[in-house]
Amino acid sequence: MGLRRVAIVGAGLTKFHRYTQETPKELAYEATKMALDSCEMSLNDIDCVVLGTAPDAFDGVHMNGEYLIDGAGGYRKPYMRHYVGGGTGVLSPIHGWFHVASGMFDTCLVVAEEKMSPAFPHPAGAFLTIFDHTTEQPLYPTLIWIFAIEMHRFMHKHGYRKEDIALVAVKNKKNALDHPSAQLAAEITVEDVLNSEMMAYPVNRLDISPTSDGAAAIVLAAEHVARRVTEKPIWIDGIGYCLDTAYWCNRDLYYPDYVEVAARAAYKMAGIKEPSKEIHIAEPYDPFTYKELHHIEGLMLCKRGESVKMLLDGVTQRDGNLPCCPSGGLLGVGNPIAAAGLMKVIEIFLQLRGEAGPRQVPGKPTCGVAQAWGDLMQVGTVVVMRS
Amino acid sequence: MIDEGRPMMISPEAVLKTTTKIKLNDIQSGKVLSVHDKPNLKYAWDNGVAIGRYLAELKNGKIIGKRCNSCKRVLVPPRLFCELCWRPTDDWEYVQDTGTILTFVVSHVNWDASRVKKGQRYHTPAVIELDGAGKDQGILHLIDEIEPYDIKIGMRVKAVWKEPEERIGAITDIKYFKVIE
Ligand SMILES: [Zn+2]
Repeated sequence: MGLRRVAIVGAGLTKFHRYTQETPKELAYEATKMALDSCEMSLNDIDCVVLGTAPDAFDGVHMNGEYLIDGAGGYRKPYMRHYVGGGTGVLSPIHGWFHVASGMFDTCLVVAEEKMSPAFPHPAGAFLTIFDHTTEQPLYPTLIWIFAIEMHRFMHKHGYRKEDIALVAVKNKKNALDHPSAQLAAEITVEDVLNSEMMAYPVNRLDISPTSDGAAAIVLAAEHVARRVTEKPIWIDGIGYCLDTAYWCNRDLYYPDYVEVAARAAYKMAGIKEPSKEIHIAEPYDPFTYKELHHIEGLMLCKRGESVKMLLDGVTQRDGNLPCCPSGGLLGVGNPIAAAGLMKVIEIFLQLRGEAGPRQVPGKPTCGVAQAWGDLMQVGTVVVMRS
Repeated sequence: MIDEGRPMMISPEAVLKTTTKIKLNDIQSGKVLSVHDKPNLKYAWDNGVAIGRYLAELKNGKIIGKRCNSCKRVLVPPRLFCELCWRPTDDWEYVQDTGTILTFVVSHVNWDASRVKKGQRYHTPAVIELDGAGKDQGILHLIDEIEPYDIKIGMRVKAVWKEPEERIGAITDIKYFKVIE
């Protein structure tokens, strides 16, 4: 295709909190500065900047991309914002990849920021206006409704039990104990999940990731630059992204076809034929417990209807055959939407470099996948990375 | 376990210094200064030709869709083009006001994350596959006249309409769906 190979060479991540005193710009600055420092680069070495942030309604700043440019180091550089709801954070490296793979730029700074806390009484209210204004908003839907609607359909089709799905929260919150950014790391039990407040049956409070403030950033480089900057570049070998129709009631919600379409594209590009064997580590998107399983199936890391068995058998534990969300995921580390997706990409980057510290999975993984999801249950974004 | 003894690229100490954790009370008490604003925007959304007809028919106590002769679906809500086949839709077609629950929720929270008050009924939204529309062709609506936790996927339901003089041409002209078997 005449495309150049692109590597991640540096990364930065803030701590995630429910409320931070820092402004969105300052959050973006912290993550961006850390990413540049991590690979001993400065803004002078950066040819272009891409920025991901989810609904403007959270920060409460119209044209949030323009507002964030100063924190993201984009001043007087080619600069573009991308936004696909929850899928944004994994679209970020994809967007950056195009800039470098195309040959237009040798380096690209990729920044993802979200500050949800400014919205009162609760940022959940900001989601009302993502629904169709005529046929859905008059019923006052919430994001929790549609998640619960999807989870119930998923459980019904496969005969999954709530007490089994709850194990995802137990696993991820425990993994997050080792993550310095984590907001909700904890040692909990399945009973804790089942006994936590009922939000919208079948979703309990501990099935849900927290709202957060935070930012993340990575540095991308073309091969000739990457080899100069680091002895251990991590290559973006496959990308895929796909949006399904916004008429979300007109499709069977039990299976995320759009994730499969995105994954197939990424796997094809990376030359992966048997994902469950060739991928060693995964960060499927887990804003809710069932979503990790839903997405493991969409990513074809197991057959449809077998993700719960995989979970119960310990395959997805940090020391299992296919560790999933070794970072602690959104459930444990937190969910500042766009930043949370890029956090997943950073986790695979660190794991493949062998630099995940106490979170390091055994077995020297060389191939990992990160994935996110969003909008009206319609977008899949997938990145395959190799050491 | 640090592989090959490599130093961590992201140091936990550095991460902890990036943000200042505050609490809701710090904002409410004024300990952390903040600016408050409430944008008061008003919109008038045009419904378009297809949804306009849909709303007019709801006012008549009927649910209308638009058939796509290519994929054989009856699209509800109706649209002028089929997004799957990418072609203009064909005939207008009434569907039944009965259907099947594909999935549902018992919600203890309101749209703004506040909680349903004691004594009030939990919200029970569902995706309902309408008879005559085709497989998996559902709409979002509410279920009522049944204990929330007695609802089951697969139950048959029928629309309960507002009185004709109360209807305004809105999705809420259907008050809710009730279980019929
Ligand atoms: Zn069609």
